Amino acid sequence: MTYETPSAVPELAARDLSLAYEGRVVVDGLDLDIPAGRVTAIVGPNACGKSTLLRGLSRLLPPASGSVLLDGSDIHSLPTKQVAQRLGLLPQTPTAPDGITVADLVSRGRYPHQGWFRRWTADDDEAVAEAMTATGITDLADRPVDELSGGQRQRVWVAMALAQRTDILLLDEPTTFLDLSHQLDVLDLLLDLNAARGTTVVMVLHDLNLAARYAGHLIAMRSGSVVAAGDPAAVVTAELVRDVFGVESVIADDPVTGTPLVVPLGRHHTA
Amino acid sequence: MSAAPVSPPSRAGGTSAAGTVDAVRADRRHGRSRALRVSIVLAVLVLLVAAVSLTLGAVAVSPADVLAALVGRADRLTSFVILELRLPRLVAGALVGACLGLSGALIQSVARNPLASPDIIGITAAASATGSVALIWFGLTGLALSGIVLAGTLVAAAAIYLLAWRHGVSGYRFVLVGIGIAAFCAGIVSYVLTRADLSDVQQALVWITGSLNSVDPTSLLVLGIGTVLLVPCALLIGRPLGALSLGDDLAAGLGVRPERTRLLVVAVAVALAALAVAVAGPVSFVAFLAAPIARRLLGRGSLALVPSALLGALILVVSDIVAQFALPGVVLPVGVVTGIVGAPYLLWLLARTNRIGRGG
Repeated sequence: MTYETPSAVPELAARDLSLAYEGRVVVDGLDLDIPAGRVTAIVGPNACGKSTLLRGLSRLLPPASGSVLLDGSDIHSLPTKQVAQRLGLLPQTPTAPDGITVADLVSRGRYPHQGWFRRWTADDDEAVAEAMTATGITDLADRPVDELSGGQRQRVWVAMALAQRTDILLLDEPTTFLDLSHQLDVLDLLLDLNAARGTTVVMVLHDLNLAARYAGHLIAMRSGSVVAAGDPAAVVTAELVRDVFGVESVIADDPVTGTPLVVPLGRHHTA
Repeated sequence: MSAAPVSPPSRAGGTSAAGTVDAVRADRRHGRSRALRVSIVLAVLVLLVAAVSLTLGAVAVSPADVLAALVGRADRLTSFVILELRLPRLVAGALVGACLGLSGALIQSVARNPLASPDIIGITAAASATGSVALIWFGLTGLALSGIVLAGTLVAAAAIYLLAWRHGVSGYRFVLVGIGIAAFCAGIVSYVLTRADLSDVQQALVWITGSLNSVDPTSLLVLGIGTVLLVPCALLIGRPLGALSLGDDLAAGLGVRPERTRLLVVAVAVALAALAVAVAGPVSFVAFLAAPIARRLLGRGSLALVPSALLGALILVVSDIVAQFALPGVVLPVGVVTGIVGAPYLLWLLARTNRIGRGG
């Protein structure tokens, strides 16, 4: 399966991108097109550079060499506020200021749409309200964020990213520290968003099975390089799992969705 | 409610969406009106205390006469007492307090640490050091003294910033480096004082404690102009600073440049503190106290810049009244009073920090 919306200029792409922390190269010479209007999951073992890649794509980490392209232009050559109107980012485990209310926090997502003097408008109210409705947190509007449960809090953060009203949304492990029902809940929400608005979603995920089920496009990484990218059904094979995670596995069809289901073996079980 | 299975969020807009818009608007209005109410109450308190302070002194002046003097209808003696003696001291006190309160609010929120106020992290200590050197070794006073103190404070702030820099500035490193600089500056002060004449030491000590006893028209003018220039800067920088309180990554995602914003905020905050200290000396604990109290009054994760400034003014004016009239016949430096009030809060904060294992 190829991209559904092929276009000459990719919405978000990396060209020969290398990312480094303090001279240590984490992502090396990577070429990547993020399919527009689809849900992409980046998977890989710990320290494979997937979060670093996300930081690079979201212009938080300037490239050591190469570039990240947003609509064909180098993302670092664009005014950062302009980028923020196109591309939203939800980092891993963000912290809320003490005592801030849900509505107030979600409203912070409107920052890139406000100038030094242009303050709050009816548009902003509407965007915030829509984001809260979409995430099902309208009843929590005046509650302090620190009083919420983990699942509710994650919804609030997603709502804040939605209030930013960007075409592209990058999320770093949006399901960490959530129990199973809330993991599904957040992923369903992202899928809804993609379906309703055509938002391009890029997320780093830990769980290969959830990634295969929820993503239309899968990027598998190992030690800073992309090992495979494409439709999960084509990409997820026993060889890939061995290659990327160093784990023997059996691939079955997910009885519900038909997407690949990875059954890892470990030392005590064989196929 | 937390564990309840959550049904897929309904996308049916219509009335519920309109209701949500109203709820969002109501919450925002609620937050704003609380900030406004707190600010108005504080402003009224400042005015009340200011009015009281004008009536107090060696010559008792009735409120009616104070008012007459302010509009230029009092006799010459009353006019002189109010307009030449008490009003400059009062205005200087209020402005110094406001600058310190605002400065503390900015630095504490940029460092995300309530200990990071200019009087803890060596900004005001640097002022003491340069001030005592200038006073005792070079005999500078007035505007020259203010200028030197301003320069010394900015140099110290730059030193703290550079020493704390390691791929960005973190709150804790900032505070620890600042405490180190404060100790270094305290050493300079001690050295200068032990090598000086007794009369010089006495004069220097009053200044180092922080005092409004020697406010002259020139320094008041400098203070006024500086405040008018810096306060709008502080309020403007408050917007990206608010985004920065979500953490660097989220702020950057929203289109804020974290390092640049931090540098600007620190620069404005240090300039405010330096301005205040250059006029009144390092009045302790006002910057440290104002913002945390203002934030508690507002709640809701607000930066509380305006309330912090008003609260700083209030603390300083009240403290100066106490300093002038608590002991009959002795006019204490105002820093003595603010120190007595502020120190217990510092101890409480340190005890609490130890207990919960983080900076506030």
